Amino acid sequence: MVHSTPYQIYAIGDQGITLDYGGEINESVNSKIFKLFQLLKDWQPEAVLDIIPAYHSISLIYDFIKVKKLAGSNTAYSYLESKLRQMEAQLTDTNALSAQRKIDIPVCYDLSVAPDLEELATSHELTVKAFIEFHIQKSYRVYMIGFMPGFAYMGTVDQRIISPRKANPRTHVPAGSVGIAGAQTGIYPFDSPGGWQIIGQTPVLLFDANKEKPTLLEPGDEVMFHPISLDEFHHLKKKSS
Amino acid sequence: MGLRIIKSGIADSIQDMGRFGYQHIGIPPGGVMDRIAAAIANTLVGNQIGEPLLEMHFPAAIIFFESSMMIALTGADFGAEINGKEVLINQPILVPSNAELRFTRHNKGSKVYLSVEEGFETNTWLGSSSTSFQTLKGGKEGRNLLKYDILNFKNKEDLEIDALTHLPWRASMAEFYTENKIDFLVGAEYALLEKISQTSMVTNQFKVSNHSNRMGYRLEGQALLLSSKKECLSSAVSFGTIQLLPNAQMIVLMADHQTTGGYPRIGQVASSSLPTLAQVSAGESISFKLVTQEEAEAILLQQQQNLQQLQNACNFRLQEYFKNE
Repeated sequence: MVHSTPYQIYAIGDQGITLDYGGEINESVNSKIFKLFQLLKDWQPEAVLDIIPAYHSISLIYDFIKVKKLAGSNTAYSYLESKLRQMEAQLTDTNALSAQRKIDIPVCYDLSVAPDLEELATSHELTVKAFIEFHIQKSYRVYMIGFMPGFAYMGTVDQRIISPRKANPRTHVPAGSVGIAGAQTGIYPFDSPGGWQIIGQTPVLLFDANKEKPTLLEPGDEVMFHPISLDEFHHLKKKSS
Repeated sequence: MGLRIIKSGIADSIQDMGRFGYQHIGIPPGGVMDRIAAAIANTLVGNQIGEPLLEMHFPAAIIFFESSMMIALTGADFGAEINGKEVLINQPILVPSNAELRFTRHNKGSKVYLSVEEGFETNTWLGSSSTSFQTLKGGKEGRNLLKYDILNFKNKEDLEIDALTHLPWRASMAEFYTENKIDFLVGAEYALLEKISQTSMVTNQFKVSNHSNRMGYRLEGQALLLSSKKECLSSAVSFGTIQLLPNAQMIVLMADHQTTGGYPRIGQVASSSLPTLAQVSAGESISFKLVTQEEAEAILLQQQQNLQQLQNACNFRLQEYFKNE
């Protein structure tokens, strides 16, 4: 029996369209989004310029003139709307559980590269060691990529280490910084201003413009963190730069 | 065989029609802010519309042509002069070698486009030459043009141009722009606006703030209020998305927008109005008009047909001119 989830379809003006399940961060909803992403990529005509999956929505950015040619006397929007409805109807519980890539990322939790770790652990009435344990004990789903090239929104963290964003965002967060915001965890691919609580840093490049696939992570990936020492961090960082 | 930057402008970069296909990994499409002006700049010199070209703001660079070239300037009127003689926008211009192009006055508009016949040699990244400032890729090393930069022309022929010449036709651009009147469609969270704010949006003027750039235009005006607070998880945004910021003011996302955002999306600028919006300078005011999906599509289709006709006319004139020479 197909388990259906209600959704809305709405326009992003005259050259974009979104299918949106609404709600909160939810793994099974995001699995549907990821499956739709794959179906849409297989279908993608030249007229569709981008397919952008997010937590509980997926958007198409399209060339209006080219879609209009496919749509005939219908509006370009209604043509794509019915296409999205058809594809959504093809989703079943089984094919929503498609295989993911598993990616292991080394993280240094030394306090010298984890400026918020000690204070967060204290506020959660945990030792630093226990806080780190909670962060590394489970695997995380890449729900979506956004904010900046290669910035993966991952989740969800153990409820015992859920942490609010910083009241005063930093003007400078170094590339590779591993953060928590609410139940989300993520890694800054670039030096950037940022409001996430920083609990560690990875020596791995999240973004390499010279690679054919410039981002390490993609939507639907499964990520594990493993702890490394400050020495290993510096050693690996030297190798990766 | 190229041009040299004698003095840099405030924000001059190489752009094309954008780097699409990578927004799912967070890479913004970028590209020209005013697609109509850029398309016509290229058409005037016989290029494909997507050929990379220069997008400049005022004050713009002073540019030295080391070799002769056919060029076109479109978009903003910055009082362009070549070797001290006034030159016109929207017209092909034959420029002799050792000529200096400078922009003397901010007359009208916000972005001027400079195209050259056959285009520039540029850095391409992921299929586009648009300048990606964050990744330092595309265009000229992923950055704005600086003093001493040299942009080589793809065309290596000596064009044997003796004197500065305007070719005798002009692209009529007026129909593509409205006097700062911006059509928009409802966004996903439009219905959450207080009724009075929905009215305010279409009856008030909104000033484009000085904190506006290729990423977004911040607007200043009547505060807009939501009838209920809504926390949005991030989802896709695009060129023209109108978001309501926590300070009750709007921001319109422009060409270098992030791929996703979490602020309420109260509207979306109609694609046909983006060229007009791109040419609004900081300090000027705009007004909004709400259009339906059907109206927006009809206007955009008409605009594209007009653009195609203008391109056909320009191509015809250019071919005739060089046939008769």
